[in-house]
Amino acid sequence: MDILKLTAWQLKELLAKKEISCVEAVKLLLAAIEKKDKSLHSYLYLNPGVIEDAKKVDKKIASGGRLGYLEGVPVAVKDNICIKNMPATCASRMLENFYPPYDATVIEKLKQSGALIIGKTNMDEFAFGSSTESSAFGPTRNPFDEMRVPGGSSGGSASAAGANLCFGALGSDTGGSIRQPAAFCGVVGLKPTYGRVSRYGLIAFASSLDQIGPITKDVRDACMLMNVISGRDEKDSTSVEIKIPDYTDFLKDDIKGLRVGIPEEYFASGIEEPVKNRVMEAIRLIEKQGAEVKRISLPHTKYGIAVYYILATAEASSNLARFDGVKYGFRTGNYKNLREMYMNTRGEGFGAEAKRRIILGTYVLSSGYYDAYYIKAQKVRALIRKDFTEAFKEADVIITPTAPELPFKLGEKKEDPIKMYLSDIFTANVNLAGLPAMSIPAGFVSSLPAGLQIIAPHFREEKIIETAYTIEQSLKGGISG
Amino acid sequence: MEEHEIVIGLEVHAELLTESKMFCGCSTKFGSAPNTQICPVCAGLPGTLPVINGKAVELALKAAIALKCRPASFSRFARKHYFYPDLPKNFQISQFEEPLAEGGYLSIEGRTIRIKRIHMEEDAGKLLHSEDEGSFSSVDLNRSCVPLIEIVTEPDIRSSFEAEKFLASIKRILEYLEVSDCNMEEGSLRCDANISVRKKGDEAFGVKTEIKNMNSFKAVRKALDYEARRQISQLKKGEKLRQETRLWNDGLQITEGMRSKEEAHDYRYFPEPDLVPFTVDSSWTERITAMVGELPVQRKERFIKDYSLSDYDAEVLTAGKDTADYFEKCAAGYPNPKLLANWIMGDIAALLKSHKTDICDSPVGPESLVRIASMIEEGKITGSIVKKALQESFDTGIAPEKIIAEKNLAQIHNEDRINAVIKETVEENPKAVQDYKNGKEQAVSFLIGQIMRKTSGQANPAILKKNLLEYLKEIK
Repeated sequence: MDILKLTAWQLKELLAKKEISCVEAVKLLLAAIEKKDKSLHSYLYLNPGVIEDAKKVDKKIASGGRLGYLEGVPVAVKDNICIKNMPATCASRMLENFYPPYDATVIEKLKQSGALIIGKTNMDEFAFGSSTESSAFGPTRNPFDEMRVPGGSSGGSASAAGANLCFGALGSDTGGSIRQPAAFCGVVGLKPTYGRVSRYGLIAFASSLDQIGPITKDVRDACMLMNVISGRDEKDSTSVEIKIPDYTDFLKDDIKGLRVGIPEEYFASGIEEPVKNRVMEAIRLIEKQGAEVKRISLPHTKYGIAVYYILATAEASSNLARFDGVKYGFRTGNYKNLREMYMNTRGEGFGAEAKRRIILGTYVLSSGYYDAYYIKAQKVRALIRKDFTEAFKEADVIITPTAPELPFKLGEKKEDPIKMYLSDIFTANVNLAGLPAMSIPAGFVSSLPAGLQIIAPHFREEKIIETAYTIEQSLKGGISG
Repeated sequence: MEEHEIVIGLEVHAELLTESKMFCGCSTKFGSAPNTQICPVCAGLPGTLPVINGKAVELALKAAIALKCRPASFSRFARKHYFYPDLPKNFQISQFEEPLAEGGYLSIEGRTIRIKRIHMEEDAGKLLHSEDEGSFSSVDLNRSCVPLIEIVTEPDIRSSFEAEKFLASIKRILEYLEVSDCNMEEGSLRCDANISVRKKGDEAFGVKTEIKNMNSFKAVRKALDYEARRQISQLKKGEKLRQETRLWNDGLQITEGMRSKEEAHDYRYFPEPDLVPFTVDSSWTERITAMVGELPVQRKERFIKDYSLSDYDAEVLTAGKDTADYFEKCAAGYPNPKLLANWIMGDIAALLKSHKTDICDSPVGPESLVRIASMIEEGKITGSIVKKALQESFDTGIAPEKIIAEKNLAQIHNEDRINAVIKETVEENPKAVQDYKNGKEQAVSFLIGQIMRKTSGQANPAILKKNLLEYLKEIK
């Protein structure tokens, strides 16, 4: 048995049955990371205390102590989520030496559940990107083809999950940053409803769009992580008090009568044909199982990317203002006065994409342009949200491709930001609408994974889980690959 | 100067009297060691989020309702961006397009000053510059995130005098409602002013300047006087005025240009995405209105009307809520409010001050004062006895009526006893008697004083005076 190929829930069972010790599992994991991650570069940092933590878990298991929900399960965490006394670099020079003095709420919850933190994963700098190439510490590679990108911005977490270098990971999703890399790395990625998971301790990119979510090997693991991290947090005013079900209750291979909306706008131009085919095949599979598939329209879809890049950069320019060399993180050595310290710190500390987005965001918020860009974009955002509200009157879930393409080659889009931005074309609108959505594997095209996206109404993650689980079970036979 | 009219609008910042900060749980206490009252939130660390302090909103609403503003049905916070080391996030969470309340007014000696808006925001930290020129500066974030309200007036103020009056009135209201302690030295009350001048009768406003760095009421008056003179003299010379921000230099007593309109910040306001908008509904407004109750101005008017007090007395008694409450408790039990006012504003006020005691904790409670006032009126004790008893009461904490009873300080009514002292005193002071005979009326006062001394102030003054005059006539 290859322990590393186990899912989190399988490992949890083996640990509880004492068929394997936690220390053993962690050592195997660290050895695999040592071997494979030199080239993959999923991790930016490994927790030096993880073996000690594993020993404590083994002691607890041996002594018959009460075990946490994820007791002993090693989890990877994206490097924009704060963990006390571990670096949180956001893959930026700017925060290379930043050690937050507090735990993010999701980390508190993970620790309470008994999960182990294996390390911090690579990402696009400040989550700005769709390929993990903008990391200041070098790109992460796709476990299925190391010449290709793992997607982004949570590329490190997705790659680690896809390469069996963790038993589950946390990512963050602002415009597709969990789902697109999950699709590229052949794993499951869920962006929860905005407000479902606390953002406290997530270093903000765009506050009105960001959500933390799980990247896992299967749907059940995603449910288990969601059971741990969800819920209203008094430290996050935008988190919502709505009862959380046990998501594993919805792992049912039964979708008779489920109304599945297929938005025509997501299958039109710009999508690679083989990707589209994989998604359509999966849809046909669930139709056979009794789902009612219907064509729907989300007419404002085409404005999504424009709206997203106005609003997300506006908020980002504001959120990143605090990185100025005064209090923590990088400070230039090259200054004679305050103004020069600000300019050179930010000039030297931020990478090209971060600077591009700060400039864009600053521009759209400037007096004289605010109404034409920011306010206008907010109005269109409301229309995009309304599209979904209307669509959910006739569909329980909506299925689309996660990304318009298969994992692309390193360097292919790096110099063309517009091309890169279009990688989010099927995912960004979901963030604009605040909806939950999951990417699950939809099979392979020439050994590269394709992903499909399931979108549900606000706080109806369980609808996604029912659908995802059914597709996952159906595909286990394998369509192709 | 006469042909010009001065136009002033004020922006008043007041720190709210909350225990904890605007968006986190840190203490707001003033004067602690640098950076001892900070947490990841008010230090603006990456990943942290603000959470609104409900108490701060409540205090801001009290101010809004007291100043007759309409609370907003939809209000939210906005980010105001500028880079400065005392601002840890490099944006301030403030309010912009959707302030807490709008459209109020405050009357100053018969003139109405309209209040445009009241909004909430967080304070910045403080920079401490090292003594050696150009070496380094330190940042103290204790003040960062302390809740503030900003009260913005319409350009309705017409003189520096009126500006000062307005400020004093705002201070009084905010103190009275315990919204702010309004301490200008500690910076809990701050004021910026927009000022312009125009020819009398002109409709259009002149070019305005914004004056900052006025750290006392006096500085506000002086700065506005200076700035009005400067603008008028420039206009008289035929020079154009520049719209700019100027700083008051208290040492030189002048305003100095800081930045022009062209150099002004673009604050890039946008709604704060980390906080949800909120609504002030009618039940909340009603609850706060009830809490605000009667304001000092209204109470003063009522004191003049109901208790026939002078304007001055009513003003002094209503300056603080506790004093006004104390007075009213006394007045409920005693029919001569003027006498009560005199004692409260005179001896009691002085003793409270010298003993550093709040009127609520005074050993002389309202019942005691009523009791004593009645004894004076009944002629049982003299004013000088009361003075002594009050002093002793403050020294010992024992109620004054108890001291009077225990020490048997009540007045002497026994005419034989008084007459004996009169006789003795007159015999000892032949010169005063001679003076009296020569028509010097004040000799009587001298003799009364001597007699009072001999009786430890206990002689009934009416009996004493009557009998003394009769005795003096007799020995003519």
